[in-house]
Amino acid sequence: MRRFAVIVALLLSSSPLAAAESIAERAAPCLACHGEKGTSEIENTPSLGAQQPAYTLIQLYMFRENLRIFAPMNEMAKDLTDDDLRIFSDYIATLPKPVARDAGDPARMQAAKALTSQFRCDSCHNADFSGRDNIPRIANQREDYLVKTMREYKDNSRHGYDATMADVMQGISDAQIVELAYFLARVK
Amino acid sequence: MTVYASARQALLASVFVGACVVGAAAQQSDTTTATPPAASVTPSPAAPAPAATPPAATPAPAPQAAAPAPAAPALPPGSPLIGRPADSVAAAKLAPVAPPPIPTAADKLPTAKLKVPAGFNIEVYAAGMANARSMREGDKGTVFVGTRLIDKVYAVSNQDGKRQVKVLASGLYRPNGLAFKDGTLFIAELSKISKIDKVEDNLDNPPKPTTIYDKLPKDEAHGWKFIGIGPDNKLYVPVGQPGNNVLHDDAHGQIRRMNLDGSGAEVYVKGMRNTVGFDWNPETKQMYFTDNGRDWMSEAVPEDELNRVSKAGEDFGAPYCLQGNILDPEFGWGKSCADYTAPVGLLGAHTAALGMRFYTGKMFPAAYKNAIFIARHGSWNKSQKLGGDVVVAKLNKDGTVKSVEPFLTGFLEDNKYVGRPVDVLQMKDGSMLVSDDWNGAIYRITYGKQKVAGKK
Repeated sequence: MRRFAVIVALLLSSSPLAAAESIAERAAPCLACHGEKGTSEIENTPSLGAQQPAYTLIQLYMFRENLRIFAPMNEMAKDLTDDDLRIFSDYIATLPKPVARDAGDPARMQAAKALTSQFRCDSCHNADFSGRDNIPRIANQREDYLVKTMREYKDNSRHGYDATMADVMQGISDAQIVELAYFLARVK
Repeated sequence: MTVYASARQALLASVFVGACVVGAAAQQSDTTTATPPAASVTPSPAAPAPAATPPAATPAPAPQAAAPAPAAPALPPGSPLIGRPADSVAAAKLAPVAPPPIPTAADKLPTAKLKVPAGFNIEVYAAGMANARSMREGDKGTVFVGTRLIDKVYAVSNQDGKRQVKVLASGLYRPNGLAFKDGTLFIAELSKISKIDKVEDNLDNPPKPTTIYDKLPKDEAHGWKFIGIGPDNKLYVPVGQPGNNVLHDDAHGQIRRMNLDGSGAEVYVKGMRNTVGFDWNPETKQMYFTDNGRDWMSEAVPEDELNRVSKAGEDFGAPYCLQGNILDPEFGWGKSCADYTAPVGLLGAHTAALGMRFYTGKMFPAAYKNAIFIARHGSWNKSQKLGGDVVVAKLNKDGTVKSVEPFLTGFLEDNKYVGRPVDVLQMKDGSMLVSDDWNGAIYRITYGKQKVAGKK
């Protein structure tokens, strides 16, 4: 309940009247849910730390334009200007990388790592899964969010900016999604 | 015609694919092809790395015989990554290129970097349209613009000598394709076709589009559409191959045609992989279409195709025969390229040849009359990018391709795009528009001395 009160207070403080606020102040309501130090503590809410700014810009744009539907984010983004989208994306990229909760079971990690090679996740997302340009960092992302996202790409309930992830996910089973998320959430 | 929603899963499951097979068999080439297609387009003068230009198309050059990845297990059937080397540092740098979502301001467009042949001029026609793609001109001069990554169709109108950009429709799903006939705008979303009657009379308060046809698969892969109305007054609607390299069922890998109310749909072209542009030869009335070749076979092949349709039901070979003379390493076994119609022209490896139009105007010099202008969006799955330009294909009297030459270049800089052309549109005055989905803009190309506002 106290968290809720904090969020409301922060939302109020980010009204257009307070235009002279620093970006850190303006981003505070975002980080109340997404984690102040880049790592999210809230279920199904992605960590944003060190996220690729080109990717974040696309997602914020899609939220603003209702191309990606998640009501709280559509609401947060609806009045942002193009410059706002760029400023937030660039700021988010400066947050510390998300941190893994634990190292994971070695055998399970090894088996899942083989899956990331098999499906060439590392080709676009980079060998360390830090992403590049429009391709997001997925290393140490929240496990529940990774599972949710891959499932949504697979059944096309989350529309990607382009068709790439919908296409890639077609041949990946739900059991494999669970293992991929386990690995990516913990990868060193 | 039977059209299934999607039999893709069953189809994919029947396809066994091994990465090693791909690597080892990449050389398979069919020597029985009777007519080699026209030579590859000459490299654009702006392309930074001539060394990466694919050699002439026939016979297929041997890609580097990369050792098959020893440890990587097979990809699932139909995966878009089949053939992608798992152990190549160079290939690992390749990923689909997404345009910035926010359109570039008119004064920040790369217009000054763009090059056209002597005597031609280029200027900005309209800007600020995120992801501007396919274009059509209305009877009253409105230019309609579709999008693929967002949900809008724009209308660019002339009012009191000033161009105005309006959102004509929004909330659409990948509305890439447009056609215009007798006052009606047809819009192709990913899996349905709709229309707005008397659209130019209602630009300020346009009605919602009404659906005329929705018996279309919903695949994301190659699901966005280019559409057009032929000289037979039928609407032509492609359904792409639902993945990089997969077999087609009865509903995919084809161009359909139908009446303008959506009735009477039939398959017109088969063996098509992914066309995002077509037009009809003004003299022979034959349909010509661009088709994008498969990914991950090699840097140099297969090339994108320019095809000509001689009769309904013709098969152009995908996914069995590539660029008219290479049997596909996976699916080509037991097939012969002689059984399929070969392209009349090749447009470079992975160049993403998209929108095309025959030039019938009077403004450009006579050498361009009835030539085909083709927008090449530009490669992503190739180390040295190729395309990102507009080329012109000049034809022989018999409709075959005489030459393919660069026309508009300069979108590629240090192996990066500063813009990406998607479609070309000849205006009634003979000038030509080129859309750029990277910057969300449209350029206008004219010939001779023009009163060009805003030109540097």
